Amino acid sequence: MSLDLPTIWAGLLALGIFIYVALDGFDLGIGIVFPMLDSEQDRGTAMNSVAPVWDGNETWLVLGGGGLFAAFPLAYAIVMPALYAPFIIMLLALVFRGVAFEYRWRDPRHKPIWDVSFTFGSLVATFMQGIVLGTFVQGIEVQGRAYAGGWWDWLTPFTVMTGVALCCGYALLGAGWLILKTEGGLRLRAYALAKRFALATLCFVAIVSIWTPFLSPEIFDRWFTVPNMYFVAPVPLLTALATALIARGLYRRQDAVIYPATIVLLGLGFIGLGVGLTPWIVPRAVTIHQAAAPDESLLFMLVGALVMLPLILGYTGYSYWVFRGKLKNNGAGYH
Amino acid sequence: MVSFFDAEMLARFQFAFTVSFHIIFPSFSIGLASYLFVLEALWLKTNQPVYLRLYKYWLKIFAVAFGMGVVSGLVMSYQFGTNWSVFSDKAGPVIGPLLAYEVLSAFFLEAGFLGIMLFGMSRVGKGLHFTATAMVAFGTLLSATWILSVNSWMQTPAGYGVNELGQFVPEDWLAVIFNPSFPYRFVHMTLGAYLTTAFVVGGVGAYHLLRDRTDADARKMFSMAMWMATFVAPIQIMAGDAHGLNTLAHQPVKVAAMEGHWHRQKGAAFLIAAWPDQERAENLFEIGIPKASALVLTHSLDGETPGLKDVPAADRPPVVVVFWAFRVMILIGTLMAAVGLVSLWLRWRGRLYDAPLLHRFAVLMGPSGFVAVLCGWVVTEVGRQPYTVYGLLRTSDSLAPVDAPAVAASLIAFIVVYFLLFGAGTVYIFRMFRARPDGGDIETGVPQRAAGTTPVAALELSSRTATQQIEEGA
Repeated sequence: MSLDLPTIWAGLLALGIFIYVALDGFDLGIGIVFPMLDSEQDRGTAMNSVAPVWDGNETWLVLGGGGLFAAFPLAYAIVMPALYAPFIIMLLALVFRGVAFEYRWRDPRHKPIWDVSFTFGSLVATFMQGIVLGTFVQGIEVQGRAYAGGWWDWLTPFTVMTGVALCCGYALLGAGWLILKTEGGLRLRAYALAKRFALATLCFVAIVSIWTPFLSPEIFDRWFTVPNMYFVAPVPLLTALATALIARGLYRRQDAVIYPATIVLLGLGFIGLGVGLTPWIVPRAVTIHQAAAPDESLLFMLVGALVMLPLILGYTGYSYWVFRGKLKNNGAGYH
Repeated sequence: MVSFFDAEMLARFQFAFTVSFHIIFPSFSIGLASYLFVLEALWLKTNQPVYLRLYKYWLKIFAVAFGMGVVSGLVMSYQFGTNWSVFSDKAGPVIGPLLAYEVLSAFFLEAGFLGIMLFGMSRVGKGLHFTATAMVAFGTLLSATWILSVNSWMQTPAGYGVNELGQFVPEDWLAVIFNPSFPYRFVHMTLGAYLTTAFVVGGVGAYHLLRDRTDADARKMFSMAMWMATFVAPIQIMAGDAHGLNTLAHQPVKVAAMEGHWHRQKGAAFLIAAWPDQERAENLFEIGIPKASALVLTHSLDGETPGLKDVPAADRPPVVVVFWAFRVMILIGTLMAAVGLVSLWLRWRGRLYDAPLLHRFAVLMGPSGFVAVLCGWVVTEVGRQPYTVYGLLRTSDSLAPVDAPAVAASLIAFIVVYFLLFGAGTVYIFRMFRARPDGGDIETGVPQRAAGTTPVAALELSSRTATQQIEEGA
């Protein structure tokens, strides 16, 4: 594979989506585990632990949409109508949870409503993202330069499974983040939740790994023919290693291990999907090169991305640094 | 005759609905971010507590408005694809990179520093906090720059070619970005956002002055807002005029719709009121000022102005909507300038804070900026129909292959959810308006929140001690 502009952009886009999963994953996950926390105070602390960073995290999703539009307009034009309902529902769900961050504190009498809005929005948005992911693996019907399937093609047992799987994965990220950021009873509760969701996530990793190769012979060949097998072998091996790290971290109560190890685990799953997907951007219908915008567009953007991505990572990192460390367990947040 | 309920009309209505809701928040947060920047700068410079109180007061409101802007804006970045996929495929290579630049240069900047701006006052030094405010304010302006460049390119395309797949492809990026209508649209919209915010701030200040004339915070914000009205409203009228002349040069049919002129004519009248009939291609009635339109548009009493009949009926925008939206915008602009003049006169007479009539009118004018901004966008967006890329790509050829029932369902969902959630947000913002910046004398039923339970309240810590706050929270 040569390193031309479409390939570079596919890589950058994949990186952006992965950063999104790692970052918004934990704040969506906190929304999912929110009702499982013990007290009102704990819920307040949990929400405060993401309040300063959530909209920065969500910006990576805007980059995902905008980046696909800009770099691969044809793929964007096919995928969005194909996944019309999941995307619209996800966006609406994100509205529900996004407004809850401020409304919850503005209206103490209706706090329970906004708490439900927060959890429900987080859960539905995550589930829809899982469905989108599943649809990408399962394939999209294309004719000419447009989507040619029906409006419910995305809804299959496989995509429902990936939807539930992602909910578990994000919940694990959320619990891992709480372990990292809190102390006392909330931290212990987060450990219990992390244990539960780690188990569920690992089950789903196994199910996805077994199910996916049978969706298409092409994916099967990627994983189970020589010499491909040797190239992709590190993925399952590293997955086992990440699993061991999480298990040990949970057992030994290593606060700083769970969240990063979960990111590694999800990252490996992400790479696994990528192995099955390349060189397609709309699976088995449109390749990265077919969908790519002209080089003039890609080059113009690349200049901006190369200057700005390091800056973005710099000041985002700085913002996380400002709010580093454990929160006091009184819901008051940043003192 | 197009049915109102076909997929195209539904998709157009959905886009109009979601983008109209969305634009309300940026028009407020662009102005408010700059206002917060000014307040913090004045506080750092003069050390007067009134500026810090106002900063904290408007920051809480900014947080709510900004949150609504983020989530409603996220919807927009996907709607191009879900509902206008053919447009996305064709125009993506040109406008996609501009949107990508908006995300990379502006959205991340705003979101990255917003956390520090909202919650970081006690975590970083004053200088760094001010830098965060500045970055957020700069980010909102940068975002406006890119998105207005995109919109302007769709109105007055330049610097492009067309490839063998029928896609627009970039040939000259500078010509794409600085397309003919962009500078005018940018100035007009930014000033519009500033005026919108000024009248909200002025309205809130006036409301508190009506209750307590001595309220120092209310005086300060009212005074600042009235300075904006005095100077910016007249500038905006001039900017609008220049923008109109630019439209005349590039989109004459839009100007004809704004004017309600069906025939190309010399010495045209400016119609104060009329009812344009699209079918019959004439006005059912009209009241006008002779020669005024010619004078404004051509700077000559006998200048020639375009008519809708210059183009076939299929290429004309819906005239009634454009015509009346334009008049509402002009009326509000004129009233804003009038408020500015009256306030200047009262200020000169030393009666700015002792003028209940002006204060009442200012309260009434509080939301006027939003109406004007929406009307302005209706004029420019409906006025460029039936095209998405002006003169090159028709709206009917831009549509995604999504069936009418699917679009109808999502449209209903957007309407219900937006009214419910953003309605609640508006209620909360009004509650915050009713509270006094100094926190005293709240008889509005809004309890003084326990400071320890809210993230934004963490800000209040810089003027209190931790023990005090824990006591209040307990």
